[in-house]
Amino acid sequence: MPPFEDLTDDDLARISLPAVTFLHGGTVIDADGPRRADVLIRGGRIEAVGLQGLDVPRRAQVLDATGCVVAPGLVDLHTHLRQPGREEAETVESGSRAAALGGYTAVVAMPNTEPAIDCAAVVKEVQELGRDACCEVAVAGAITVGRAGTQLAPMAEMAALGVRIFTDDGTGVADTRLMRRALEYSSTVSRPDGTGVLLAQHCEDASMAAGGAMHEGEWSSRLGIPGQPHEAEELMVMRDLALARLTGTPIHFLHLSTAGSVELVRRAKAAGQAVTAEATPHHFTLTHAAVAGYDPVFKVHPPLRTEADVQAIRRGLADGTIDAIATDHAPHAAEAKEAPFDEAAPGMLGLETALALALTELALPIADVLALMSWRPATIAGLADQGRPVAAGEWANLCVVDPAATWTVDATRLASKSTNTPFAGRQLTGKVRHTVWRGEAVVVDGEAQR
Amino acid sequence: MAERERALAPPYGGVFVARAQVMSAEDVHRATWRMAHEIIERNHGTEDVVIVGLQTGGVWLAKALLEVIETVTGSGVPLGTLDVAFYRDDIGLRPVLPQSATHIPVELTGHTVVLVDDVLFTGRTVRAALNALVDYGRARAVQLAVMVDRGHRELPIRPDYVGRNLPTRRDEMVDASPEGVVLGDMVRRSAP
Amino acid sequence: MGELGRSGIEEVLALTDRFVEVNERSIPKVPALRGKTVVSLFYEDSTRTRLSFETAARRLSADVMSFSVSSSSVNKGESLRDTVETIEAMGVDAIVVRHKSSGVPWQLSGWVQPRTSVVNAGDGWHEHPTQALLDCYTIREKRGGGDGSGLAGLRIAIVGDIRHSRVARSDVSAFTALGAEVTLVAPPTLLPPSLDGWPVQVSHDLDALLPGLDVVYLLRLQQERMIEALLPSLREYTATYGLTARRAELLRPDALIMHPGPVNRGVEVAADVADLPSSVITRQVQNGVAVRMAVLYLLLGSGVDRAAL
Repeated sequence: MPPFEDLTDDDLARISLPAVTFLHGGTVIDADGPRRADVLIRGGRIEAVGLQGLDVPRRAQVLDATGCVVAPGLVDLHTHLRQPGREEAETVESGSRAAALGGYTAVVAMPNTEPAIDCAAVVKEVQELGRDACCEVAVAGAITVGRAGTQLAPMAEMAALGVRIFTDDGTGVADTRLMRRALEYSSTVSRPDGTGVLLAQHCEDASMAAGGAMHEGEWSSRLGIPGQPHEAEELMVMRDLALARLTGTPIHFLHLSTAGSVELVRRAKAAGQAVTAEATPHHFTLTHAAVAGYDPVFKVHPPLRTEADVQAIRRGLADGTIDAIATDHAPHAAEAKEAPFDEAAPGMLGLETALALALTELALPIADVLALMSWRPATIAGLADQGRPVAAGEWANLCVVDPAATWTVDATRLASKSTNTPFAGRQLTGKVRHTVWRGEAVVVDGEAQR
Repeated sequence: MAERERALAPPYGGVFVARAQVMSAEDVHRATWRMAHEIIERNHGTEDVVIVGLQTGGVWLAKALLEVIETVTGSGVPLGTLDVAFYRDDIGLRPVLPQSATHIPVELTGHTVVLVDDVLFTGRTVRAALNALVDYGRARAVQLAVMVDRGHRELPIRPDYVGRNLPTRRDEMVDASPEGVVLGDMVRRSAP
Repeated sequence: MGELGRSGIEEVLALTDRFVEVNERSIPKVPALRGKTVVSLFYEDSTRTRLSFETAARRLSADVMSFSVSSSSVNKGESLRDTVETIEAMGVDAIVVRHKSSGVPWQLSGWVQPRTSVVNAGDGWHEHPTQALLDCYTIREKRGGGDGSGLAGLRIAIVGDIRHSRVARSDVSAFTALGAEVTLVAPPTLLPPSLDGWPVQVSHDLDALLPGLDVVYLLRLQQERMIEALLPSLREYTATYGLTARRAELLRPDALIMHPGPVNRGVEVAADVADLPSSVITRQVQNGVAVRMAVLYLLLGSGVDRAAL
């Protein structure tokens, strides 16, 4: 075969060749720190990183990265793609497109679908759907059959298909004894690459939280909406830390929302326990006061908390207590949100606003934000090709971010099939310009390419 | 409702600016005396007569007429007040809030009602008042007394007792009180 | 309720005077809202509130449509928004809504055209504004120092299930806006989780409070509160927080006994106490019609722009 550059247009039309993409003029930031460099991508992988600049190869797709940060693609530990079962709210296709537009090259698809992802068959179905997606779709499995909290799901069978994270997200595993068994059992389950699995808990004490549609406090009292207190979350964080110690297994906490939870995790880490935690953009930007207008777009589990909690989450993100920013991207069709507040479905969109919110709202260097959104979650999710250094030979999973671009969130212009963003109308600084997944520019100049 | 208050109510907010005094306090007083005498004369005394002042502009005139009737005949007649806000035909077109109480002291069946207002203009207030009166019984007759008839009627209504016929332009304003009758204009207030 | 403020409440109360007079006539009906259509949309059974609103609308000569939504037909799948848009398409001027969920009237007013008024006839645990207005009117009528002074200086205790009570939330806003001093009396399980920002005092000792009160306002106790383990038993509740005959004797002779109804006789208030002259529970119901006439007239007849009440 002749060298790529010598092919005629006719040749190109006839045969498909590894795409060549050239990221020009950006600043590379990864776990190894920042540096000015061009990036040449061929055949899905990074071919060269040129600190002194590279020559632009013929026929390469040149993406302008001037003034931008070129970073490993973002990884979302917590995405609801709603497929199978709720395709009116989101599909793997639409959700992964939203992810790509948000700078993500991988998402972990939560198992609270209909049916739940609780056996090999459903895992395979979602993995199959993920092949045509705009980013890597890692599938999480349920801890219990049907997420019903009574019987362990076949963890090993799912792990054999590569599933790393197990969770009953949407609810916590209420039965203490069952949770202990799950942790014990998980300790010996392994994936094809020899790595282990990780249990992740949605911490919510079912009886304490029962009926609670928002945070219990000043606003719930005033608005007459049943609330759930801080303790509904913290009791389960406390319990699961004890169970993880008892069983000697690691545990991951999903979407921490209270100052007390952050403090519990901080102390457990100080004591050397293998615990990781994530927090969502809405929990570090919004408080329960947002519910005052009864707009169900502000209904979410765990609920929006107090200003003190928001500050505690931000401190936790800054000092490493919280390992990752996860979106808990939870699309809902309009019908599910156009209901009385206490009956409306809980959840918010997040994929397309998360990075900009983190850059706008958190007083953190961009490298720290990228750590929270790319390489640390990639490690937690056990994704070998994600969050890797921007270096020759690595898979080209990259996002190009313009940290100075300002934009206004428009719910109707999001790629998600749903519009339930609580940030509509908010002006944010920092925008994803390009996203490259396995060498393919899936987002160019802020527009999805497929 | 008095013409002045109505004009002052938003969104027609404005300031009444007097241009010409057309009746003095003395003129108003004399006209009141004459109208009271006409009421007595027309009704062959005041037996069964009830005087009802329209809130709020007609109330002072109703009281003044009653005073004269008492002086002349040596006996009083029942005096009522009527707010017609709930009976107006322009509800919803502009703000109509009842200003004051309705108080009808007797069942009107068999009585002759003398409705009293300060200024008769389009006739719509009187039309509303006629409607309202029906809810208090079947009056034998209803008569109308006004201090000023300024014309521009929009309904087939005519007064029985008039203090003064006053030709006006439609956009002029008339303010009638015991202190006299003043012709003027509404000057729109600029928005604050 | 809070948005109405003192002047707003007083405007409604002043207008209510006019409608009390209308209701005393031999023909208690005025043509003010002829051609207007009022729909009562009740997602929760409340015969008395519905009748009160519908009577008020009819006495203003409005056409009244009654849309009864039993919980079973809600489950047939039509969403709240669809229902409301269907009703609105029939051409209505006001929707009077009662719903078990807090905030529904606010959501509705965002969905309907601006020309359609939404009246809150009680939403969840949140607000019951016309109840608060009629309570204010009744207190002012019986104890107020004439127009203008409102309820200034009156000491009012609201007793019972504050946590789940829309009446309590609206009454607290209205009474305090008019200058009354309000004390909430309830076991901790029946108080809201937080009282931050509430201009009230809290007491758990009814006996100590009664001699100093101008008004004792008893809330209805729902039977299901026992199931939720908020109270051990009705008997224990009555013994601690009920207005028994013995407690009624502690009240000053001119103090008022009030209740939003329907009364659980023998629970919140002893049977014979509810019939005392100082009990104005029936008067509350009468004034309810006049207050609701005032509210409907303000929204539909006055031509004055109003946000949802």
